[in-house]
Amino acid sequence: MPYIPHTPDEVKHMLSVIGVNSIDELFDEIPQELRSHLANNSLNTIPVGQSEMAVQRLLTERAMQDGTPMCFAGGGAYEHHIPAAVWEITTRGEFYSSYTPYQAEASQGTLQVVYEFQSMIAGMTGMDVSNASLYDGASGLAEAVLMSVRANRKAKSKRILMPKNVSPVYRQVVETIVKNQGITLELIDFDSTSGTINSDQLKEQAGSFAALIIPQPNYFGHFEAVHELTDWAHEQGGLVIALVNPIALALLEAPGNWGETGADITVGEGQPLGIPLSSGGAYIGFIGCKQKLVRQLPGRIVGRTIDLDGKTGFTLTLQAREQHIRRSKATSNICTNQGLMATAATLYMSFLGADGLQKVAASCVANTQKLISGLEDVAGVEFPFGKKVFHEFVISLDVNIDAVLEALAEEDIVGGINVSADSGKNLLLICVTETKTEDELTFFADTLSRVLSHLRNIELTTDGGAQS
Amino acid sequence: MSKRIIEQKAENLIFELSDNNRLSSSLAPDIDVSAVCQNLPESVLRKQKIELPQVAELQVVRHYTRLSQKNFSIDTHFYPLGSCTMKYNPRACNTLAQLPGLAGRHPMAHASMSQGVMSCMFDLQNMLVEATGMKQVSLTPMAGAQGEFAGVAMIRAYHDNNNDTQRCEIIVPDAAHGTNPATAVMCGYKVKEIPTNGQGDIDIEALEKIIGPQTAGIMLTNPSTLGVFERKIKIIADMIHKAGGLLYYDGANLNAILGKVKPGDMGFDVIHMNLHKTFSTPHGGGGPGAGPVGVSERLQPFLPVPMVAYDGKTYSWITEKELPLSIGHLSAWMGNISILLRAYIYALLLGRDGMERVADYATLNANYLLKRLSDAGFEIAFPERRASHEFILTLRKEARQHGTNAMDFAKRLLDYGYHAPTTYFPLLVPECFLIEPTETESCNDLDAFVDTMSKIREEAEQTPNLLKDAPFELPVRRLDDVKAARELDLNYYYKDNK
Repeated sequence: MPYIPHTPDEVKHMLSVIGVNSIDELFDEIPQELRSHLANNSLNTIPVGQSEMAVQRLLTERAMQDGTPMCFAGGGAYEHHIPAAVWEITTRGEFYSSYTPYQAEASQGTLQVVYEFQSMIAGMTGMDVSNASLYDGASGLAEAVLMSVRANRKAKSKRILMPKNVSPVYRQVVETIVKNQGITLELIDFDSTSGTINSDQLKEQAGSFAALIIPQPNYFGHFEAVHELTDWAHEQGGLVIALVNPIALALLEAPGNWGETGADITVGEGQPLGIPLSSGGAYIGFIGCKQKLVRQLPGRIVGRTIDLDGKTGFTLTLQAREQHIRRSKATSNICTNQGLMATAATLYMSFLGADGLQKVAASCVANTQKLISGLEDVAGVEFPFGKKVFHEFVISLDVNIDAVLEALAEEDIVGGINVSADSGKNLLLICVTETKTEDELTFFADTLSRVLSHLRNIELTTDGGAQS
Repeated sequence: MSKRIIEQKAENLIFELSDNNRLSSSLAPDIDVSAVCQNLPESVLRKQKIELPQVAELQVVRHYTRLSQKNFSIDTHFYPLGSCTMKYNPRACNTLAQLPGLAGRHPMAHASMSQGVMSCMFDLQNMLVEATGMKQVSLTPMAGAQGEFAGVAMIRAYHDNNNDTQRCEIIVPDAAHGTNPATAVMCGYKVKEIPTNGQGDIDIEALEKIIGPQTAGIMLTNPSTLGVFERKIKIIADMIHKAGGLLYYDGANLNAILGKVKPGDMGFDVIHMNLHKTFSTPHGGGGPGAGPVGVSERLQPFLPVPMVAYDGKTYSWITEKELPLSIGHLSAWMGNISILLRAYIYALLLGRDGMERVADYATLNANYLLKRLSDAGFEIAFPERRASHEFILTLRKEARQHGTNAMDFAKRLLDYGYHAPTTYFPLLVPECFLIEPTETESCNDLDAFVDTMSKIREEAEQTPNLLKDAPFELPVRRLDDVKAARELDLNYYYKDNK
């Protein structure tokens, strides 16, 4: 029997020790009218168990069905090279099959890894502290919003300034998570020529607010004037929540150094740090903050301390914030972190090191510029927000974006993300990372060019048909 | 004892192995970083180089391999951690979930290039519908706590949609997991606690008194966190429904009843499942989890999106367009798909026969271990009751007689190579152990655990300091938690740590 070690004799022995005649008797406290049985087809639509070989065949078929297309989509999920050793080590049974380190003495491995993770996140972001991780970047941003409202009681406001150049899915997730707590998200427009936060509109709309969210780079890949925005928000009595990409942080100023006093909370999606794309999860959110906000930080935190003999060790700390102690008064209902993903991210950052991460980031920038140059010559392609970006950029096209993406899909290319939304234009968000070769970039530009002229021809034909 | 339980040697921090002059490895692309930076606006660039350790590949591998050896895990030790369902995580689930076509798929890839993974998710939705007796399942919540949030948010959306806005209270048993009350508050509700009676059932009279037009719903776990089946569940369900409230099922203990009784049949309106428990996805040192939610008909319009639909030919996404009353999105895409895939693979391997076997043998193991420990003289919290997949033992007698509390027992178990059971939860049983052996442990291993427990009790009688000062055989002895909380040291760069 799969995963059941019992022999028939052992079962007989165990039943006699318990003093019952059958396993079924052990369920005799469940009221009969509620009981379901295999015999009455209770799990009828679930197939019977299959061998590992059969399941492997099925999964391999389905994986091959989706193939391994060339990917130019980003938008919060990024294709990066993952060193082979990252997941070899992460999936060692001692990491993979252990649980939350409640028994610190038996979990020093996990605890030290998390302490190192917290150190790396704090170091990268310039925050004083980091927690052990959150579910993902989007829900992490929601936690940052909740945290800023708790931390900034002085503002006497539950309004959050949310720029529209924060990923739309992130905005949706934040809305879902915070809406029942009386928090309002005030949407701030971006400038139509730069794609960056419209500071005039921001100042006009601001009023009193608990926090301003600053994405860097923003959803369109462009850079915000983080120093000015941070100082402005602080002057208004608001906190600053930095929403950042960890790879970009290898080159970009750490939020802890934004403006005069730095961002107050930094949050982001850690997936680029060695986590596979996997259709959007499991990923890992990271969050850090200034020292004075540490007691408002949600989720697990590991601290270094000493044992009875004075020897250094690691343990979960500040647990008085958490649900298992505070219950209804906890900072969040969060129970777990993303332990396995934090392990992978820590390994990734260790393997790459400061030099390596800078090179990955620089290579993303360089490859992106190469594709931009390649697209400059393609008819019908324009760059509405300009070309100074990190590793994503927006192009506007003279044809429908969904049609473009569908046509590219037929060429086995994930062509990007449709960000036209309600702009009245056809906007496509494209991402290029270090994984792309020159040949691939040329191939993409050529294919896009071909697709565009093909679609234009169809449109012409259709229009012509309509006229006649 | 001379047996090495786990690696004891201290391991430096990775930062202490670093040298900034070490050249970076072949893992990064070869590029002139400063040349690239010249083309970026200077105002947004770093003034100082990012802080990360520079360590060569082999030394990184050794560092983390040695750290892994400082952990207890299911793969290396018996881990009877109650309410956590620490059972074997089949390796096939891990290997197959990482197939390139699955691991490499971008979440925004066109649906036409995603039919493989979507078919897996659609099948899993249906399997969970069948296993729970609910009407529809959404896979998107990223952990049990987020599933709870989704569940209570749906309850609220349901009442709001009926313009029934006076309902401001959620009822939670005193024995409930801490996430229950914390979640209710996140959804804007007040929490009303109700007591449990001496038999481990909910106090019906107390419940009657607090139910009213202000009741939005009740959150229950069944079998409860006390490891016993709530026998009056039907009565409770009728009482709550009659008052216009809804029933929330915390699926933490689904392992005990898979194929035996369905939450849908018990009258629940919404449930969350912990796939990292019942469906054996990895606990990973603390996540990621996966907490799908299932609902009865009346909550279907409010399910979180996205979900997967199938028209007999093509799989497609169900979004807020198709489900305008949805509580919305909980993650950027569809939750922890790489974990959901592992659960799906596990479900395929088990099949319906294997699922019912899970409940059979988890319950057999729990009741056997309970009886053996009881026969060995340990006090069981609810001796008149059957154990579900777990049970509670109270060490109050040992605490009184020898001054050795449950924590001392727990720490001494570590010395013998057993992960400690859950201690001091549920809060209402003094000096308690919540023990869950799971179905994947053998009879011999359970017997050995009983022998060790008896041996430790002998030590408590004769040399209680062996317990009070335990552990002795692990990388560290008991840690100073007070110092950890008072003199915060939360990372390598913290204050003057460097």
